[in-house]
Amino acid sequence: MKQAAEVREREPRAAPAPAIEVRKLVKSFGHQTALRGVDLEVAEGEFLTLFGPNGAGKTTLIRCVSSLTRPSAGTIRLRGQDLSTAATSLRQHIGLISHNPLLYGDLTADENLRFFARMYDLGDTEARIDAALDQVGLVARRRDPVRNYSRGMVQRLAIARAILHDPTIMLLDEPYTGLDLQAADMLRSVLQDLAASNRTVILTTHNLEQGLEMCDRAAILHRGKVAWEGPRTGLDLVRMKQIYRDVTRLA
Amino acid sequence: MSYLRKILAIVWKDIVAELRTKEMFSAMFVFSILVIVIFNFAFDLRVSGERVRAVAPGALWVAFAFSGILGLNRAFVMEKDRGCLEGLLLAPVDHTAIYFGKMLSTILFMLIVEAFMLPVFTAFFGVNLFDLRLLLIVVLGTVGFAAVGTILSAMTAQTRAREVLLPILLLPVAAPVLIAAVKATAGVLDGLTMAEIARWLQLLVAFAVIFPAAAFMTFDFVVKE
Amino acid sequence: MERTDKREPLLIALTALSGVMVLVALYLALLGAPDANLQSETGRYAQRIIYFHIATAWVGFLAFFVTFVAGIGFLRTQNRAWDIVALSSAEIGTVFMLGVLVSGSIWARPAWGVWWVWDERLTISLIQFLIYVGYLMLRSSVEDPSRRARFAAVYGVVAFISVPINFIAIRMWRTQHPLMFGTEEGGLGPNMMFAFFFSLITFTVWYVTLMWHRIRLERLRDDLEALKQELVG
Repeated sequence: MKQAAEVREREPRAAPAPAIEVRKLVKSFGHQTALRGVDLEVAEGEFLTLFGPNGAGKTTLIRCVSSLTRPSAGTIRLRGQDLSTAATSLRQHIGLISHNPLLYGDLTADENLRFFARMYDLGDTEARIDAALDQVGLVARRRDPVRNYSRGMVQRLAIARAILHDPTIMLLDEPYTGLDLQAADMLRSVLQDLAASNRTVILTTHNLEQGLEMCDRAAILHRGKVAWEGPRTGLDLVRMKQIYRDVTRLA
Repeated sequence: MSYLRKILAIVWKDIVAELRTKEMFSAMFVFSILVIVIFNFAFDLRVSGERVRAVAPGALWVAFAFSGILGLNRAFVMEKDRGCLEGLLLAPVDHTAIYFGKMLSTILFMLIVEAFMLPVFTAFFGVNLFDLRLLLIVVLGTVGFAAVGTILSAMTAQTRAREVLLPILLLPVAAPVLIAAVKATAGVLDGLTMAEIARWLQLLVAFAVIFPAAAFMTFDFVVKE
Repeated sequence: MERTDKREPLLIALTALSGVMVLVALYLALLGAPDANLQSETGRYAQRIIYFHIATAWVGFLAFFVTFVAGIGFLRTQNRAWDIVALSSAEIGTVFMLGVLVSGSIWARPAWGVWWVWDERLTISLIQFLIYVGYLMLRSSVEDPSRRARFAAVYGVVAFISVPINFIAIRMWRTQHPLMFGTEEGGLGPNMMFAFFFSLITFTVWYVTLMWHRIRLERLRDDLEALKQELVG
């Protein structure tokens, strides 16, 4: 809360509603409760990294915010609108990179992107596809079916797919997992672009170093709750490690 | 209009993928032929005439239904395998567009297979299947079958049993389609008038209207967690 | 859990009541009701199964209607209580539907000379039974409880809608079942009506009792699971 206020002071624009506002979010799967009342705010243009051990509920939280999962209780507001009622139009603004590439193996890179361009009702499709493919360095292989791609290439195309519709809210769930060096570099440069162009980003990871790299703020999710959050300022890797260990051991 | 365009985008995507692999089409087609072969063994169709005429409508629709199940199974297992379904769910369109898109492409694939099968049937069974009324029956039956099959396939693709479960859930529910389609087809082969088979056609139409409506109202619960 | 305990005497009373009612219905059906005005001796005895057969079928279809309504309730509220009702009703309905098929076959043998005919009501009962089996197989094939409940509810709704259409289709296809009311031959006489309706009420009470037991069992199971989760953390 305090941090969000600071961000707003830094950018005194007339945007009172945070880009992402999660209130008392609960999600349970039968008797297992993945999220036990998450409160989280991300201001517009802010880059938040969400740390947490496996099973802390990071993926569930991202899936809830991306409208893939219906919360059991609590509210999510994106750009000031309630996600439970305005999901269809809000999805236009959401980009998601997760474990799954969300691509069709039987289609070429070109066809995949063209399909998603249609699903997002995008104009000047060709230019967008060219730009996206260029950004992830797949122009030469654009006419190959995706099932012939290496894992790294698939991941790069997945990135292109996620940013094709120019989302203002990017959700990245453990995006570095399984990436080769080249793809990781590519992802890093895409993330830098996003951070520089006033996008709102939530990145989840359990890798402290990668997570701290370009965030404005960090939070730790532990056992389905935000156990700690703080600004990036004055936070180095050693300090973060200390906090992470304390928070995940306690609670 | 955007809704309609996105439905067509899904159909276009399925066609492009199928044109590349031809997996679904060839499986459905070969399976249909095998059904005829098996029917021939089971009912000994050497004797033409009455016997063939009695068996032909049933054989035709068993072939269509079973090859349709193959297609339906593929339709959503393909979406589920690389998490593509989530990609569709993330798109800014009402989730029912996914249902209609997948239903339309299933209908299209089934109709293409059926179009190839009709001459094959005509040859094997020695009955003339080229009749406009029959075309109507085939289209109506296929629409009804795919309408209920698509929502059930979206479910079974997300279960442990997957392909095994679809026919078990689908066949009892789609039984009216099969009954009506077989009876109407038999009526056409027996040279009945349009008025005499009209009640079966009405049943097919009712089915093809009611089930997309039911699916429209429940599909979101099938795909969204 | 305390709530369940408080109602326990009522449940025991209801259980006892349905037990007594089943015994009375059995007496009425086998001895109380007059002989049917049928030619053959076997036919005269065999028709006595009708009192149970129709009551069983009534519960079999009623149970599926309850599953359908509970399915809609679940889709609207996402409340586990609805899912428990749907599941319990489907399980009980399956058993009753099997009862219909078996008692129908037992009656068909002396009456029609065969164990099975593809007559409309037998066929719709068989399809209803298969829908129940599909419903339970679907449930057992989904791990995640909330997904299981959602899928089951959707199938319950879709399959229920198909039942009347199936009925119409099969009726148009063929019919051979004796009509129970209004016809001279093979129909129920007025003094058989009492036994008939008594069985109907008895089986409905029996269904309610079974539902109560089954729902209670599932709730206890949930409580146990919740306790387990609490202990594990």
